Amino acid sequence: MSAYNIVDHEYDVLVVGAGGSGLRAAVGLSESGLKTACISKVFPTRSHTAAAQGGISAALGNAGEDDWRWHMYDTVKGSDWLGDQDCIEYLCKEAPSAVIELEHYGVPFSRTKDGKIYQRAFGGMTKNYGNEPVQRTCAAADRTGHAILHTLYGQALKHKTEFFIEYFALDLLMKNGECKGVIAWNLNDGTIHRFRSHITILATGGYGKIYFSATAAHSCTGDGNGMVLRAGLPLQDMEFVQFHPTGLYGIGCLISEAVRGEGGYLLNSKGERFMERYAPKAKDLASRDVVSRSMAIEINEGRGIGENKDHIHLHIDHIDPKIIENRLPGISESVETFVHRDVTKDPIPVVPTVHYNMGGIPANYKAEVLNSNGKDKTVPGLMAIGEAACVSVHGANRLGSNSLIDLVVFGKSAAKRAIELIKPNTPHDEISKTETEKSLDRFDKLRNGNGSNKTAELRLSMQKTMQEKCAVFRTEKTLKQGVDEIKKPFEGMESISVKDKSLIFNTDLVETLEFDNLIRQAITTMESAYHRKESRGAHAREDFPKRDDKNFMKHTLSWHNGKEVKINYRKVNLSTLTNDVQTFPPKERVY
Amino acid sequence: MVQFNLPKNSKILKGQYFKDKTGSSNLKIVHIYRWDPDKNENPREDTFEIDLNSCGNKVLDILNKIKNEIDSSLTFRRSCAHGVCGSCAMNVDGVNTLSCMKSHKEIKGDLRIFPLPHLKVVKDLVADLSKLYRQYESIEPWLKTKNSKSKKNEINQSKKSREKLDGLYECIMCACCSTSCPSYWWNSEKYLGPAVLLQAYRWISDSRDDEKKERLKKVADKLKLYGCHTIMNCASSCPKGLNPAKAIGSIKKMLATS
Repeated sequence: MSAYNIVDHEYDVLVVGAGGSGLRAAVGLSESGLKTACISKVFPTRSHTAAAQGGISAALGNAGEDDWRWHMYDTVKGSDWLGDQDCIEYLCKEAPSAVIELEHYGVPFSRTKDGKIYQRAFGGMTKNYGNEPVQRTCAAADRTGHAILHTLYGQALKHKTEFFIEYFALDLLMKNGECKGVIAWNLNDGTIHRFRSHITILATGGYGKIYFSATAAHSCTGDGNGMVLRAGLPLQDMEFVQFHPTGLYGIGCLISEAVRGEGGYLLNSKGERFMERYAPKAKDLASRDVVSRSMAIEINEGRGIGENKDHIHLHIDHIDPKIIENRLPGISESVETFVHRDVTKDPIPVVPTVHYNMGGIPANYKAEVLNSNGKDKTVPGLMAIGEAACVSVHGANRLGSNSLIDLVVFGKSAAKRAIELIKPNTPHDEISKTETEKSLDRFDKLRNGNGSNKTAELRLSMQKTMQEKCAVFRTEKTLKQGVDEIKKPFEGMESISVKDKSLIFNTDLVETLEFDNLIRQAITTMESAYHRKESRGAHAREDFPKRDDKNFMKHTLSWHNGKEVKINYRKVNLSTLTNDVQTFPPKERVY
Repeated sequence: MVQFNLPKNSKILKGQYFKDKTGSSNLKIVHIYRWDPDKNENPREDTFEIDLNSCGNKVLDILNKIKNEIDSSLTFRRSCAHGVCGSCAMNVDGVNTLSCMKSHKEIKGDLRIFPLPHLKVVKDLVADLSKLYRQYESIEPWLKTKNSKSKKNEINQSKKSREKLDGLYECIMCACCSTSCPSYWWNSEKYLGPAVLLQAYRWISDSRDDEKKERLKKVADKLKLYGCHTIMNCASSCPKGLNPAKAIGSIKKMLATS
């Protein structure tokens, strides 16, 4: 084996992934003069940040009084007290300056009548510690992610970040528990590349594609999470998978929360505004887990819409078409393209759809990756940001518009920390041959797979199992079945079949490598869910309907050694970072 | 009369025929361009019989079905599947578009799928867009401001000024427009093409930018800008409904009146 020629590179910092967080980190690093490379399996503007619609949260106060402490309270409450309060404080306090910085970079934000950044209402975002809705979500119409992603790519070009585009990262290169770089495959010419770096930043996004129906892109396969598991490091809080209340029925396309933020509401088949029953105060703007569960209950109790009573209607037909044209043009286009309806006249058919992974690579607010054997310790040379990371600012449930702000605040924080840590002209460590070969052996074995299981079949089996056994509502029985069933597609890889044996743009092999990443995350998600015997945020157990702070106010850690999963826990940090704000102690979560 | 020879590999041969195995009576015949860089062979056109009863409405659904169920070696880019990432741009039924947004039901008879035209093919439906990306870099797509602006607050921009960016900032760089432009086919070394000029105009039009004049001067070139001969293919092919030709016209007008 290993007849592969390897091209070597040396960088101070290597960023893996070129979505919002990876690009923001790369901008800060390149600007500082550190030798920075950014590798991505897709051209940067194809990253899934482009699909973020409604906006980016920050207590700017452009539409009435606001305070970052209120934002912090909302985020802690939204997280169902699983979020780490030091990190949430950092996020909310840094948010306003991070958004102003984006504006100076050139993001074409919509404007208020006095020329400031336009802000809209979003689920769970309130004034004065839960009192009434606040307009905190900064928006560029309903294309905020697109606008930010393209702007950040421009900034990275300005600061001359070196991009390696359509390079697929295979594995981390580890030495004595430290990360020394990454091995990657250049899809365009088929060559293998070894990047040695003092710090590697994983900005590889979420893994929504473990499910059958998701708003996630085909490329959302959590490749960084997969690499971390193979390196013997844990993932955190994997059981917390957000179902967005309004995925387009039958299609999966995201219909932004901004629709409800601008006055839209949900109706069941009896024409009832059912959210009034579940969240008397916030109604349709309760947080996402609450709305998704309410919709699932309506459907389960026979009040769903359509022939199969399996979806809900979202109405904005009462809103002035001019406002829709101005603030929700992308939504109108998607609904027209995919279900041929006019949102100014017809309701939008929606259903809760897998949307976001709160879990991921455990990291602190400086973006340093954490390992734990009862006590936290950082993994030298490795950082994680964005949806790939679990900082954890979102805890058990993320608030809408808190992900875009997470990307830029922690992308920036990672760059800042790397600049502190790297001493100029430090020589690069040698990486053992066995470390490289281990990765290439896996690559080669999959590439030459001549077995009986097609990647697409194994992937479908995984996605169906996740969809059926680990959905909005979970029980001991379904999860136990899920734990057993989800192992099968993993075992199926022993006899995988890859038809395309070439090295240039072999997407058959890319999908197989992506599946290898996905299935490990599916397994850890299922096991983590099985072991959490309480309901918290997005993890709703029918058999344990209450939150259990005594036994489960802790982060789940899960390892996968290629055979089995190990589960352990680490403490939630309830302490704040500074004295600017006091801890928000746990209480019942009502909207 | 001038005689010229086309390169050997420009001839597309008849490829494999994949017959339907489901016995469906609702079949679509789909012809797809294939080319394998590892083999010293001409490109070919493979034909697939697709059972529409078990397939979504979009062209991308057909491609996914082929890749998942019939031939996993079929190579194409795709990601979001909702018309926002721009990955799956290709030539469908003679028109450049995003395969995730294009309904195959609108296409009567056989369906023909080719890579974006006039680009180097990497493999099958994957074309090399690196030149277009370099041209995008050349227009310096970032906001240029004088240092005097306070970093504490946003730069003020009126609603009216912001509206000038509508129809420009939405571009997803899928390259459908540029690769449908005959002027760009002939002169892509020098002419910037509609996608990149639309973005040049996006920055020229931004009231916050302090280098409008320099930007205009830089783009005012016989070939870079005036390679546009208002053929308008760009506007008709844009899957997002944007109008690059209009933007190019506006740049020309600005130059003529400044």
